This record gives sequence, structure tokens and C-alpha cells, in this order.
Amino acid sequence: MAITLTTAAAERVNSFLANRGKGLGVRLGVKTSGCSGMAYVMEFVDEANDDDVVYEDHGVKVIIDKKSLIYLEGTELDFGKEGLNEGFKFNNPNAKNECGCGESFTI
Amino acid sequence: MALLQIAEPGETQAPHQHRLAAGIDLGTTNSLVAVVRSGEARTLGDNHAQHLLPSVVAYTDSGIIVGDEALQQQIVDPHNTIASIKRLMGRGSEDLRLLGDELPYRFAASDSVVPRIHTRRGNVTPVEVSAEILRVLQQRAEETLGGALSGVVVTVPAYFDDAQRQATKDAAGLAGLNVFRLLNEPTAAAIAYGLDKSADGIHAIYDLGGGTFDISILHLNKGVFEVMATGGDTALGGDDFDHLIAQWIITQAGISKPDAALQRQLLQTARAAKERLTQQQSTDISLDNIGWQGELDREGFNQLVDPLIRKTIIACRRALRDAGLTTDEIEDVVMVGGSTRVPRVRELVGEFFGREPLVDIDPDRVVAIGAAVQADILAGNKPDEEILLLDVTPLSLGIETMGGLVETIIPRNTTIPVARAQEFTTFKDGQSAMAVHVVQGERDLVADCRSLARFELRGIPPMVAGAARIRVTFQVDADGLLGVEAEELTQHVKASIEVKPSYGLSDNEITEMLRASMEHAEDDVKFRQLREQQVEAERVIEALTAALAKDGDQLLNDEERRLIEAALQQLRQNARGDDAAAIEDSIKLLEQSCDFYVERRMNSSIHDAMAGHNIHEFETPEK
Repeated sequence: MAITLTTAAAERVNSFLANRGKGLGVRLGVKTSGCSGMAYVMEFVDEANDDDVVYEDHGVKVIIDKKSLIYLEGTELDFGKEGLNEGFKFNNPNAKNECGCGESFTI
Repeated sequence: MALLQIAEPGETQAPHQHRLAAGIDLGTTNSLVAVVRSGEARTLGDNHAQHLLPSVVAYTDSGIIVGDEALQQQIVDPHNTIASIKRLMGRGSEDLRLLGDELPYRFAASDSVVPRIHTRRGNVTPVEVSAEILRVLQQRAEETLGGALSGVVVTVPAYFDDAQRQATKDAAGLAGLNVFRLLNEPTAAAIAYGLDKSADGIHAIYDLGGGTFDISILHLNKGVFEVMATGGDTALGGDDFDHLIAQWIITQAGISKPDAALQRQLLQTARAAKERLTQQQSTDISLDNIGWQGELDREGFNQLVDPLIRKTIIACRRALRDAGLTTDEIEDVVMVGGSTRVPRVRELVGEFFGREPLVDIDPDRVVAIGAAVQADILAGNKPDEEILLLDVTPLSLGIETMGGLVETIIPRNTTIPVARAQEFTTFKDGQSAMAVHVVQGERDLVADCRSLARFELRGIPPMVAGAARIRVTFQVDADGLLGVEAEELTQHVKASIEVKPSYGLSDNEITEMLRASMEHAEDDVKFRQLREQQVEAERVIEALTAALAKDGDQLLNDEERRLIEAALQQLRQNARGDDAAAIEDSIKLLEQSCDFYVERRMNSSIHDAMAGHNIHEFETPEK
């Protein structure tokens, strides 16, 4: 199992990284908080940590800490539009419930 | 599920805690909204991917329409379709006459200082019209971001005065927006290019829009942009280029007198040709309905518009001269406004400043983008951003003192927010009120400065002249809005005012005021000296007259009294003249001739005090 990106997501991450002018890749993770257990984390990465796992898909480095990986194993990162809004989506096979808005989840 | 954005390392926020912020460029012709997402500032489009929202509001039977649709209404219903409302922001009814434009609106008669435009849906103020535009942009941002905005940064021209800024803020408030701050348009453009992160230096912002031209010289000093000079032309822009091409077609095609419909078609054709000439060396122009075809090449186009571009260059030269600079002191030249796409504009501007102007960011969007960057920082989404960009006061702020002189409290170019206090005192014995007249400008005489507000501090306890202590505090908030408070320090009576002046400065007036203060520096100093002597004379006359009335008969014989009265008369006469030295001399003379009298009064008071009186009842006015 690994973490994968759709083509659309990879393109956007690359363009955001290029725009930012620096960064190894993107960090995916989870943190405890929110209305339904865990919340997703998505950040630029300037420096990876020792306990990070690095995946590469469509030319994008996805950096993830080992603990988060338990929750995210097999996740596909997608980029989509809803009306005028656009952004990234976690297609996470581990998530069982999401809060109404989908910002946090439980497994 | 929710759509996520990429955050900076370590800055992921808890769910439902995103602080959404937007930058808004509320323009004369078009308005835009921009946000920062995943570290990238972008303007937002509507459902048709249209980013520019025409700043036009139509009041129709079926409702209020904003933008492109309203623009269509302008032709059929000019009275109820309001465009370029920005020109009226913060202006009083009085100013409308000065604006001189043949405004197509019907103004409602009212005794209010704020003009009201009569529309089918009732009378509306410029603030209300602007709020309609802001509401549309707000809705667009909230739909795009998927949440309510915690705050916005709205841009205003550098030359906007307090009244115009307050009106802009009021419009945002009316639209339900929380304004983090107002930002000068040229400063926003500089931020969009990241110039605020560069080394200290001087930058020129050349802004040629559809109907207006502005040149601003900014000085970046320790992370703060100071406006060194502004200039421009409120009736010069890309629309004038269109008119020139249209005129050229009329001549070429031998059209005698185009009707309104043909005139509109000509302008549209001209505009399209102008836009094609940005990319192409020449373009075909055809008017099928009158069976005419022609060709305009870039060379010909350049010849048509050169005089207009030269006018902008003259304004640039003037702004540089006002700032006391030469072109080689300019670090960067930032191009703003759709008309800076015209290659000839870039060429001549580059030639004048002797460097390649910055054109990488879409000139229509650069101001909104800079505002969005600033809004993102102010929303707290970038905690490690240590520079909180500050602005400065464009003109000095002060109060009127005796003799119509200005006492500056906050000098110009002071970084804001700022609070400064100064103590003043009373001029007459038993004075129970003090008028505080707040003025703006660089001149020494109130009459030459701009009056912002007046208020009175009442309830000063009775004291002899000069004994009361009244602290006047000036506070300018981050938006450049002024609050003034006066407090009497023994009894703590207070009075204050928020400055929302009823009329504004015209575009170049700040520059003119600065120039005038330089040109009249010498006169001003002379005037100040004269007025100071006159005030001093008045004070001496006042005190002596009061003393004579009180005990002159007891302490002076007729001869002595005659001498003093004569010296007093001499001073009165000189005080009315304009010779400061003569007044000073007569004051000295009078004081000398009164010496013995003052002495007798002192002795008399002491004597009386020894007789069991309270000394305070006899306190002698200082000479």
C-alpha cells in the first residue's frame, strides 16, 4: 500500500510548489482535533524529519510521518472543484465517518 | 468532503478555524477580489470565469444589478445606472459642483452634506452604491473559499483623504465586511511584486487605468512604504485611446456625424483593435454595416496615442520633481492598470525611467493581489511574517492656536497607527471653554490649511489665564482615520471627536499643498512671527486693561495713568499693523512704563494678604 496522487492533484501541488519557490514536496498527515476525531493536515515541506516516510507519485514527493501513515495508508489525494471552490480531497479507505463538512474523520 | 488547501509548514489550523481573508480592489471602472490559497495569491472569477467586475450598479424595477449586466443597463437607463461612484466617495454636495463632470445622475435635493442620487429604488448615497459592489465581491469570495470572510483589505488611491477613506470603510461596513485595514493602491501593487521584502529603496508605481492615471513615488524605509509624491490625471486613460482610434476611423471612413449607436459601435471596434495591436504589428478594421474596411498598424496607433502617453510622462517628471528625485534614484517601476499592456506605454515609461518596468503580474489584478497578500497576513495566517506593513500620514495634523496659527501635533510622514498628545492652556482669565479646531496641512496659518473638524471642550474650571492644563490627544488608526480628544487635567472634563470631514481634497491637492508649503515657507515664517506678536500684544492689553479697571484708580495718579494709557494706545495701534518688530517694541515699551505699576500692585496684594485676605484673590497676571 502506498499514498498516491491523481494527475490533477499532482499538477496542482507542483504548480503551488513552483509558485512558492521552495519546498521538497507536500506533507500529508493527521492530527487530533475537530468535531469528529481526526483532522487532515496538508502542508508544504521544506525539510523532512527522520521518522518521515517519503512516497513519490507523478513526480511529487509526498511526505508523511509514520504515525499518520496508520490512518492514511492507501489514501489517494485528489484535486477537485465544487462550484467556485476548489481544493484537495483525501480519498481515505480507512475513514469510517466524517463530520458533516468533511474536515475531520474517524476510523 | 471538504476541499483542503496546503498550509505552510506547522501552520495547519484546526478544522473550522480557518481565518478566511480577501483583498479587494474597489476601482473606478472595475473591481476585483483576490485571496491567498495554498501560498498563492489569485484573483477570483465569477461563474463565467470573469475576474473583473465592472463597478456599475443598476437600480431596476426587479432589483439591484451589479457588474456586466448593469453595464448593459447604462445605455438604456442612464439615470438609474451608476458608474464611477468612486469619484463621489467622501465628497460633499458642495464638491459635486467642483468636480465639474456632467454627471448623468439626478441628485436628490437635501440639506445633508452627503450627496444622494435619486434612483428608481429610492435615494442612494455613494457609500450605499459602493457597498453593493462590495457585496457581490464578498459573495464571490465566500462561495470560492467555502466559508465566511473573517476580514478584508480594501485598497484606496494614495491621495484619498480621511473623508474618502472613511466613506470606503463605511461602505465595507455596510456590506457586512470586517475591514482589517485600508491599503494604498500603489503600496498594494508594490507588495504584489514583493518589493516590501526587498532592500530599502524608492519605487515608482505607474497606474494607467480605463479612465484615470496615477503616478506614485513610494519610499520603502525599514519595511514601511512612505508616499513621497503622487500625481496624475483623473481624466486620462485607456478609454481616451479608444476615442482616438474611433476618431481616426471616422476620418478614414468619411463618416460625417455618427449617431449614438454608431458611436458605441465605433468605440467597441476601436477597443478591439487596440487590444489586437498589443500582440500584432497591424490589424484589419472593418465596419460591415457602412461598408468600410481599413488597416491600422502599430506605428500609426503609436502616433495617435503618443501625445496622451507623453502627458503621463510629464506627470511622472513632475512627481519626481516634487519628491526631489532624479530617475536614476528609482529602484523599480511597477506597471498597474489594463492600459499598461499597450506596448508603446511600456516603451515610453521604460525609456523615461531608464529601466524595464515590472509587468509580470497581470496589471488589472496586481492591486487586488497585493491586498490579498496583506489580508492573509492580517488574518493571522502567517504568524512568522514579522513585517506588519505600515502607512504614514500624508499631511501634518494639528490644531489652531491663538492668532489663527497651526500647532502641528502629528507631523506628516509619521508612521501610523500613532497617538501624540500635547498640552495647551487658556488665554483669558476664567476661560471656561476651549474651541479645538483640527486642521490638516503644512502651512503655518490655519487659513492656508484644510479644516477637518471643530469641537469645544466645556466645563474648564475658572482659573487665571495660563493656569489651566488641557491635553489634546491625536490618534490615527491603521486606516489613517483620526480621533481627537481634549481633556482638562484637573477636573478631567473631556471632549472628543472622530474626524469624518464633509468634503475631500481633489486628486492632486496633497501634492499642491506640499508644494505651496515649500514656496510659501518664508512668507509663512513672517506671518507666524507677526501673528505671535499680535497674540502677545492682545494678551498684554487684555491683562493691563483688567488691572487698570480693578485698581488703576487707587494705585496711579493722573499723570502716571496718562503715560500708561498712551503706551497702551501705541501698542493697540501697532498691533493692528503688520510690522512684527514694531509690535514687539511697543510691548517692551509698555511693559517698561508699567514696571512701577506692577510693583505697586504686588505690594498692594501682599499688604492686603497680610490684612487677612487670601492671596489667590489678588493673583497678579504675569506681565
